Amino acid sequence: MWRVGTVIALHDETATARTITLEIPDWPGHVAGQHVDVRLTASDGYSAVRSYSIASAPNAERRVEITVERLPDGEVSPYLTQELAVSDRLELRGPIGGWFVWRPEQTEPIQLVAGGSGIVPLMAMIRSRAATGSTATFRLLYSVREPGAVLYRDELQALSDQDSSVNITYAYTRSAPRDWPRPPGRINAALIEQTTWPSNLSPTSYVCGPTSFVESASRLLTAIGNNPDKIRTERFGPTGERQ
Amino acid sequence: MGIISRGFSGRRSAADVKLPPGQYLTTDFPVLSAGPTPHVSLDRWEFVIDDGTNVLRRWDWKSFRDLPTEAFTVDLHCVTRWSKLGTSWEGVSLDTMLANVKTDASYALVRSYGDYTTNLPLKDLMNKQAWIAFRFDNKDLAPEHGGPARLLVPHLYLWKSAKWVRGMTLMHHDKPGFWESLGYHIYGDPWREQRYSGDE
Amino acid sequence: MNSETDDYLDGNAAGGELSNIFTIDVTAAKGQCAHCGAMKRFAEAHLYMQAPGLVARCCVCQHVLLRLVNVRERVFLDLGGMTCLILDTSQLLRSGR
Repeated sequence: MWRVGTVIALHDETATARTITLEIPDWPGHVAGQHVDVRLTASDGYSAVRSYSIASAPNAERRVEITVERLPDGEVSPYLTQELAVSDRLELRGPIGGWFVWRPEQTEPIQLVAGGSGIVPLMAMIRSRAATGSTATFRLLYSVREPGAVLYRDELQALSDQDSSVNITYAYTRSAPRDWPRPPGRINAALIEQTTWPSNLSPTSYVCGPTSFVESASRLLTAIGNNPDKIRTERFGPTGERQ
Repeated sequence: MGIISRGFSGRRSAADVKLPPGQYLTTDFPVLSAGPTPHVSLDRWEFVIDDGTNVLRRWDWKSFRDLPTEAFTVDLHCVTRWSKLGTSWEGVSLDTMLANVKTDASYALVRSYGDYTTNLPLKDLMNKQAWIAFRFDNKDLAPEHGGPARLLVPHLYLWKSAKWVRGMTLMHHDKPGFWESLGYHIYGDPWREQRYSGDE
Repeated sequence: MNSETDDYLDGNAAGGELSNIFTIDVTAAKGQCAHCGAMKRFAEAHLYMQAPGLVARCCVCQHVLLRLVNVRERVFLDLGGMTCLILDTSQLLRSGR
């Protein structure tokens, strides 16, 4: 049930987010979108469990990456993003989830909608698509506070430059780059209409982020005609950290 | 027990204070909930004591607030292991509310807005051991902490201190409430560490 | 910090706990609410996990679908809030596929 992974690499994605690469000898493999439960145990037996989406694409090696956003009053994220070191061991359970997943066998247009750290499982889907040579057409609407908070920025930029079948729209909510065509603000009906797949193409949508973001984005996608059954969601709770 | 995570201690802080077994001290006030926060407008709020068949007493917000109140400071012990000491409240003693209630029932099932329930012996609600509290820390009790009013029974684990309280049913036989029916102790004395059913 | 409108997770977050009991992924299963009859993917259920136990509620009517408490070596599971759960046997968990 609980596996033990060893930290083999750490990489800071932003000032507050860190990717942790784990080597897990008995890892059975995973599908993009799945998550792991991480369990930390103090020396007196006190333990805390949190869920983190797997950021890496399925691969042949026994390696899994998770990207953790540090929350100011979090109990686990400060430890994972600041204390955990290479060669430390981490207990995890997983891979978990069979609904919020994308498999390369899916050929329909895919709409990804990310709020903040909700990009993590969607990035696994984007990476899985690239790794398998899938020609499925992806659109990503990535809502994020400000440019400095964008995760995987260089990789997303390179992808966008090289592959016309992956289309990315950034929606900044607090501050945008200078000369940005859209003033900062939350996603709204107009943005959904302009940048997401038309509903008559029957895309499968994946929406992930804080709970209120997911509720809002799902409503907006439904409002432009998407069938609710084709909208898959994953909520990260009020602050974006899942308990 | 899992492998020890080097350097991890969680949110707890050490203290020299005497706590019930297995508890740790916290300075914040965690919000634990089994469902959405109910929103009850004061003009519809009521507290009803019944015996399963007949209403014995009913208060609306106005008549409830006309009752004599007390300020009191108590320690809180949650079954999830955190304890918060020296919390200040204002509320109406259950002794006041049960004063003219004639009953030979021995137990109460406390009911909340939403679907939460918890059960306890009637005698644990009496003798200055329980209040219906509506102010915490000199402010009106916030919804996430059980406002407009919650039960407070500090000598038992905090799950017995039902938030968003709306009344109680007096019973002759003990009947388990929301958590008591799913593995938690029927009584819940933190000093005897009665967390789960089967604990002595 | 925890506003009443967004202090819940969803059924996906219960996947780990439920994997201790079910060999088939429950998040992809469809469940029928015993109260309002809504048939939804369990992943869409509103999940409250900060309580002394796990409580999954119908996303339509908020009635309890499922409750779970871990007490040492035992799991207390209440499925009474669902009329039925429809699981896809091709979604066996072990393979991770």
